[in-house]
Amino acid sequence: MRFRFRGTRGSLSAPGPDTIKYGGNTTCIEVRSDNDDLIILDAGTGIRELGLELAKNMPVKCHLFVSHTHWDHIQGVPFFVPMFVSGNELIIYGPPDPLTMTGIEAVLAKQMEYPHFPVRVSELLADISYKTLNDGQVVDLGFATVSTILMNHPAMDFGCKVECDGKTLFFTGDHEPFYNIYEPGEEDYEEYEKIVRERNQGILEFIRGVDIFIADSQYTEEEYVLKQGWGHSTFERTLALAKEAGVAKVYLTHHETTRTDEQVDAIYARLQEEWKDSGVNFEMAREGEVIEI
Amino acid sequence: MQDVKKKLMSAVDQMPAFPKSVHQVLKLAGDINCSQKELVEVIKKDPVFTLKILRLVNSAYFGLAREVTSINHASVYLGLNTLKNVALGLAAVGAIPKSNVAGLDMGAFWLHSLAVATGTRMLGSMLGVSRDEAADYFAAGLLHDIGKVVFALYMPNEFAQVGEKIAEQGTSLKQAELDVIGATHADIGSMLAEKWNLPGDLHDAIARHHTPDKGKPSQLVDCVFVADQISKKLAFGSAGDYMVEELPKSIEERFSLDLDGLIKEMPTLDEEVEHARIFIKLGEAS
Repeated sequence: MRFRFRGTRGSLSAPGPDTIKYGGNTTCIEVRSDNDDLIILDAGTGIRELGLELAKNMPVKCHLFVSHTHWDHIQGVPFFVPMFVSGNELIIYGPPDPLTMTGIEAVLAKQMEYPHFPVRVSELLADISYKTLNDGQVVDLGFATVSTILMNHPAMDFGCKVECDGKTLFFTGDHEPFYNIYEPGEEDYEEYEKIVRERNQGILEFIRGVDIFIADSQYTEEEYVLKQGWGHSTFERTLALAKEAGVAKVYLTHHETTRTDEQVDAIYARLQEEWKDSGVNFEMAREGEVIEI
Repeated sequence: MQDVKKKLMSAVDQMPAFPKSVHQVLKLAGDINCSQKELVEVIKKDPVFTLKILRLVNSAYFGLAREVTSINHASVYLGLNTLKNVALGLAAVGAIPKSNVAGLDMGAFWLHSLAVATGTRMLGSMLGVSRDEAADYFAAGLLHDIGKVVFALYMPNEFAQVGEKIAEQGTSLKQAELDVIGATHADIGSMLAEKWNLPGDLHDAIARHHTPDKGKPSQLVDCVFVADQISKKLAFGSAGDYMVEELPKSIEERFSLDLDGLIKEMPTLDEEVEHARIFIKLGEAS
């Protein structure tokens, strides 16, 4: 199995001279089996270029897993060229919208409605099918399995574990570690704490021992103080989780929109120093980088 | 006269209490700085609300791997934003009965109420009300015809006669209600609003939604009145009254538009009502 970061930016694409090294496109990860079977994790703006490459060798078949349907994880969908060409097969998996009680197909159709986009879903020529995901589901693709776990984000958001060619890769989607809304001493503190612990533990067990851990680490601890509840983790918390779960390699991603390459480098240097004896092997996710597991 | 009043009071007294939590959720949901703890606390204090949320969260739509058994549990699983939106949907519908009552097709009544609620909110936004207030506008529209529910539930024979009178003699709803019952649905709605201790604005909107030009001018009452006429004109559901009333001059001046002009300004009404319809489904989780 190998993978390539097609987009690493969080919240909004951020092209420009300051983001050349780590990339300006929003989240998209191309995962390939040894036989070149294709799984795409999230469809941020980074999926566009992948689509252009795929278009050179059509027909293609791909499985797209959408962690959640916030803009930065779906914005590339309407610009994914293989969708417009008949003969291609696209299977899209994603969370439901529990408020409108509709599946992933309705959510994605919305962004292609008349006021937003000139082509409607019904006009797409590829063979597209949709599968709405559940928590704890295992999807068997034949060449790989993908299992889901509900993460913590202000939307239904599934982390995905891909198992393929004897290797495992886990991608968080967006995720903020669960936290207690009560203070110690308050009546509900203990009960809430128990559930928080249970949820954090559940995620820890789910990712234990994976080969690759790709995780939302949008903020530093200092930034997080003002961003609690926004649904993102910090570098430090991600590394602590990785250490506890004994994962082989961590890629820190979902880079804060305003973060320059220089700043990412500086944070990386600091973290390397602070975590040098921790045994955690980590890198900053870089758009375009191909990693053979 | 005394008799009529007694009868009305007795009907009003039979209506269930209006949950305080509904007010609080509407208010919290309009606040971008709403804290998760505040919201959780409000929901926990209302067992009916709690039950509805747990039913919904455990429904297939959420597809959670394990059963959610408490609001704390739901809060950890769903987080503030999802919980807030679910609660908002449930809060607004919690106040109106779901089952069919004599003389009132609840499905049609619901749709009419939702359309007026949505329209009132849109008109309020057009006039620049804040997001916080917009939730109150929605609630005012949703509850404006609540008096009809009291009639249908607790004075079913009289209410049926009102319906016949409108259908057979072409009498206006207001006249038919006065002839048969001696009071209008706005009157009894007003009494109910008092019993429920609703905020002044909301009370006013229920009491005066057919007579916006009587009494102190009120932007909220005007919005409810216009939304009511639009919903009737565009036939969004029905609450037993099809007569589109003319806009008083003061209202046309407030909006600088007539009814058709206002309808043109609200091209997304249909879609927004459709979205609000989902709340009916949520409410049915009880």
